[in-house]
Amino acid sequence: MPLLEAKGLTRRFGGLIAVNDFNIELGEREMVALIGPNGAGKTTVFNLVSGFYQPSEGAITINGKDTRSMRPHQVTSLGVARTFQGIRLWGEMTVLDNIRVSQHYRAGYSLLDCFLRTKKYMGREAEIERVAWELLEAMDLKEYALELPRNLSYGLQRRVEIARAMSLKPSLLLLDEPAAGLNSADVEGLIKLVRWIHETFPVTIWMIEHQMKVVMSLCTRIKVVDFGATIADGTPTEIQANPAVIKAYLGDDTI
Amino acid sequence: MQKHTFTISLFAGIFVLTAMAQFGVINQYLVSVIMLMGVNIMLSTSLNLVNGYMGEFSCGHGGFMCVGAYVSSIVTVLLFSKNHILGAPLLPPSLALFAFPLALFAGAAVAAVAGLVVAIPSFKTRGDYLAIITLAANYIVISAIDNMEIIGGPRGFMGMNATVNGMEGLLDIPWMLLWVLFGTVFTVWLLRRFVSSTLGKGVPAIAQDEIAAEIMSVDTNRMKLIAFMLSSGLAGLAGGLFAHILGYVNPHSFDIMKSTEVMVMVYLGGMGSLSGATLSAILFTVLLEVLRPLEIWKWVVIPLLLILLMQFRPEGIMGNKELSDLFPKLKKYYSFK
Ligand SMILES: Nc1ncnc2c1ncn2[C@@H]1O[C@H](COP(=O)(O)OP(=O)(O)O)[C@@H](O)[C@H]1O
Ligand SMILES: [Mg+2]
Repeated sequence: MPLLEAKGLTRRFGGLIAVNDFNIELGEREMVALIGPNGAGKTTVFNLVSGFYQPSEGAITINGKDTRSMRPHQVTSLGVARTFQGIRLWGEMTVLDNIRVSQHYRAGYSLLDCFLRTKKYMGREAEIERVAWELLEAMDLKEYALELPRNLSYGLQRRVEIARAMSLKPSLLLLDEPAAGLNSADVEGLIKLVRWIHETFPVTIWMIEHQMKVVMSLCTRIKVVDFGATIADGTPTEIQANPAVIKAYLGDDTI
Repeated sequence: MQKHTFTISLFAGIFVLTAMAQFGVINQYLVSVIMLMGVNIMLSTSLNLVNGYMGEFSCGHGGFMCVGAYVSSIVTVLLFSKNHILGAPLLPPSLALFAFPLALFAGAAVAAVAGLVVAIPSFKTRGDYLAIITLAANYIVISAIDNMEIIGGPRGFMGMNATVNGMEGLLDIPWMLLWVLFGTVFTVWLLRRFVSSTLGKGVPAIAQDEIAAEIMSVDTNRMKLIAFMLSSGLAGLAGGLFAHILGYVNPHSFDIMKSTEVMVMVYLGGMGSLSGATLSAILFTVLLEVLRPLEIWKWVVIPLLLILLMQFRPEGIMGNKELSDLFPKLKKYYSFK
């Protein structure tokens, strides 16, 4: 059974077809890219997979479970975590608290446990805190634990956002343009970080990315979309030589 | 040991205050100001959960206070006083001491359920629209009671003194002061435990980025339900105490004017700060008393002060900081969890 299976995924916004008959199957521990020009529908695909949008047509299953009637937090608890194209950290909460709140689904104690500080509560909170510190340590963020994200550099915020997603212990990690807005040193750091995550955790990584350097050095498979439709699917070398891709990116007359 | 210093001094404080009231060291007027302060602290900290921590704009807190006031009053009147409609007392006055907290709890519970009127729309609605719903909720409560002749309608409801007298008959100490002090400590303690837990931090996550919260596994509907119901339930508790301090309630003591007062306290103290809300409730109560000679003119002066505050310190006295953030040394003594 594939980890993620999307079949005939279509999403319309009024008259606009943002995603048109999109299909994908992802297995365990893959590293796959989704590329395409701006407005091609890439982020919409992620929004559909993470349960933020409902598909107009088609179905998504995660580990065989149909996610169509689920709310986003339920999809997340199936093991799907993501970052956002524009950083969406909780800016008024410390980095540490950002990585605690994201483990909400793991809290699993009742309000009464919380008021009475029961054994269950203490245990779960300790576990949440431990996971948070471990991740901060492993991702070189420990020294910023008590900072507010809005006071950090853009590159660090990206890193915190990835750490926050990883705190969910996902089996599928969606990265929406992780290298956007990073300087070249930060891009190198990002490539290293993503590779380290992929080697260390049992996670499939699916990323939207414009910087070919990132895609080529990390992904084994690339899917290309344009105007909501898939125009190519293959290994990095196949994609680089694909005329449809070159046309989509560069326009008709340039070649 | 040091960690408990705060708790110990808190209870010592309660004891000393009650003893001082008992032996006439502080007069009845001062006692009633202190009780009003306690009620105001309960109201402003509980509203702060919604307006500060969750970033919504609830302007109907008075309505939930009203529900708590009436429900607990009806229970105690039913049990301990003779009422021309509700009949003779059901229990002997000696049981008042034990029944009173249960009556308060009943008021808080019904007020929490009334909070659903706002909580459920909040799943889909935010900001201005939700503010209007909270306003409507306040009106619904007041108008409903206005139309209930059986509990006095617009003339109000009384008979709660019998319960207070019953408690004093058992042991002659200033019971209401004691209950208010306990209620205040309980409220702040409960809220403090909630907002410092991972569960509770889901509330400010909703304020700061609701979409990110939902995607990061926070069940935002559940959090809204908890926040609104906890907030309205504690307002109901404050209402129950308020009703038994006065011995008489009138639906119009809980109208938009009351809700506005509570909002002023929240914004004065700083959104998302429990110590701020506590300080501002104390300050506000004192201010109202100091300005009492101005009579109705104080309602020109106080809003004016609010406008000035918003001009020069829009984040309120404390911003979203707690006392222990500003004075880290306090942390040694101050672990109110
Ligand atoms: N919530 C929405 N409402 C209306 N149109 C939308 C919405 N979300 C995306 N779109 C449209 O769908 C198309 C694809 O958007 P998007 O998925 O963000 O593209 P990409 O991420 O590939 O740049 C765009 O034309 C965009 O304007
Ligand atoms: Mg996009």
